[in-house]
Amino acid sequence: MIDGLNPALIFIVGGALVPFVPQGFARNVYLLLLPVLSFVQLWTLPHGDFAVVHAFGLTLTTLRVDNLSFVFAVVFHIAAFLSVIYALHLRDALQQAVGLIYPGAALGVVLAGDLVTLFVYWELAAVSSVFLIWARRTERAYRAGMRYLLVQVCSGVLLLAGVILHVRDTSNPIFGPLSLDHLGGVLIFLAFGIKCAFPLLHNWLQDAYPEATVTGTVVLSAFTTKMAIYALARGYAGTELLITIGTVMAMFPIFYAVIENDLRRVLAYSMNNQLGFMVVGVGIGTELALNGAAAHAFADILFKGLLFMSMGAVLLRTGTVNGSDLGGLYKSMPVTTGLCMVGAASISAFPLFSAFATKSLIMEAAAQEGHWLCWLFLLFASAGVFHHAGIKIPYFAFFAHDSGIRCQEAPTHMLIAMSLAACLCLGIGLFPGALYAILPYPLDYQPYTVTHVITQLQLLTFSALAFAVLIRTGVYPPELRSVNLDLDWLYRRVLPTAAKDLWDTIEGLHQRVIDSAQQPIQAIVNTLYRHHGPEGRLARTWPTGSMVLWVAVLLASCLIFYYV
Amino acid sequence: MAKSKTKTKTRHPSTESKKTERVYWLDHKRNVDKIFYGLVAVCIALFSADFFYHKHVNFPFENWPGFFAWYGFTCCVALVLLAKQMRKIVMRREDYYD
Repeated sequence: MIDGLNPALIFIVGGALVPFVPQGFARNVYLLLLPVLSFVQLWTLPHGDFAVVHAFGLTLTTLRVDNLSFVFAVVFHIAAFLSVIYALHLRDALQQAVGLIYPGAALGVVLAGDLVTLFVYWELAAVSSVFLIWARRTERAYRAGMRYLLVQVCSGVLLLAGVILHVRDTSNPIFGPLSLDHLGGVLIFLAFGIKCAFPLLHNWLQDAYPEATVTGTVVLSAFTTKMAIYALARGYAGTELLITIGTVMAMFPIFYAVIENDLRRVLAYSMNNQLGFMVVGVGIGTELALNGAAAHAFADILFKGLLFMSMGAVLLRTGTVNGSDLGGLYKSMPVTTGLCMVGAASISAFPLFSAFATKSLIMEAAAQEGHWLCWLFLLFASAGVFHHAGIKIPYFAFFAHDSGIRCQEAPTHMLIAMSLAACLCLGIGLFPGALYAILPYPLDYQPYTVTHVITQLQLLTFSALAFAVLIRTGVYPPELRSVNLDLDWLYRRVLPTAAKDLWDTIEGLHQRVIDSAQQPIQAIVNTLYRHHGPEGRLARTWPTGSMVLWVAVLLASCLIFYYV
Repeated sequence: MAKSKTKTKTRHPSTESKKTERVYWLDHKRNVDKIFYGLVAVCIALFSADFFYHKHVNFPFENWPGFFAWYGFTCCVALVLLAKQMRKIVMRREDYYD
């Protein structure tokens, strides 16, 4: 189309113009056209570097299309298009504009050829995305948005510091393989780690995403974390530390997901778990593993988007996504139920569904490289994800006990968006070759072998059996209205309490110092007051007779001294 | 029992017409049981399948009969039991942060 035009700019400029397009049909057409135009632009761009500019004494490649960035750019377009369809009922220019600017910024990140451009889009993604949380316009969402923004900006500051140090050391701003041997590389790694929700840096995700609007969570789920996976794959492929980090990421969130009541928060924990698989893939760093990380990111955006869309539809129709308040919704929302189950089967890696063809690439790569312990943990996490996302989400929302809630089916445009996502999940599962063809490296892998199908079905059916047995025996923990303390406890409770205690202590000390300084002064004042105050001896009024007497004495004394 | 039914109706006005509402297949407990026993049958069949084909594996322990079956079952039970214990430490009231 237009030589060297960055598709990200189509999103960003187009998104900024949304408020000027008349609301209604015209704006809907406009919103749907932008991702399509941008996709055509991406598709017609040959691989290579474009839009090279010189600034700050550096040569900046603001647009780079290659095999790795292309696969992420393609799925970002699909996600943006689906989220626009899903949000067609909105009459809120802010959400509609940000719903395009934010994907555009994420697209800018994956198409950035240098670290300075990367930083600019990185920050734009952070700042624009927070409006999807604030758009809920509640006090709770405002606070969650502020916490989210602080963490995101922190990532940006680390990235900027890292980029400055890296460019100072190497005089090379190109975004390529980076190293942990230098401070600059470590800071950039941490910046990516925050966005990728590494363990101990993860809690912004579970804290903020479930507080966003119905449509906002769907948009948020696709971009920030996946652009971080892309950035890790570009900069730190083969960094062994990532294998450990990824394994921990895949493991610990599933425990929280089992006991969490807010089903969108369950999905946020589940997302953390899936990111763990991708991080392991990046850490292994072989061609198969990197293909697996990219393919799984592609599939995850679609099935996680589908699951968030189905929970968004439930929230829209019932006003809640608490597992404790839901149940029996399959009677009111049968189509949403079916589509949610497609998403659940996809995330669980059932044969014929997407993750079966993508997650297995990472598992296979881990096995080929001999990481048997990591492989066993990932297998645990695979069983766990089926347990909490594959079964728990549909079971407590749509089945379980009948909550008595009767509502309308999801709006048609939401059903269309969910159906398209479900078709893509099935399409990848049925014809994985189409996705394999656009992966960064050539791939010769056949997911549908007898061994893989049977072993995977064994893992999943016995996990389902465990769930059924635990439910029937009453051992399974019931859904309870509650919050679970995670790392956000530190900055939402411990630090504010500690700060308040510290302030109280300082104030007490200050009071004591003032008191002790005041004591001697007060004693002097009291003495003066005692002698010179209204009751003081030296302030007493004397009788007139004694005054006359003393005057006479003084006069007599004067006379005597005068004559002497 | 009757009292509690009345209470439920008050809480969910939409259930007032429940008596006339369509009864679904899953509303019958025996059908839920059928699904459960169907799942057990599928599990047995899949476990048995291990004895009828040659596995292509990466690690020797994958060759143990039904490795993936019992690993999946054990992991899920352990996951739930551990998570249940975790609740004692991390669970707080819904308005804890408000």
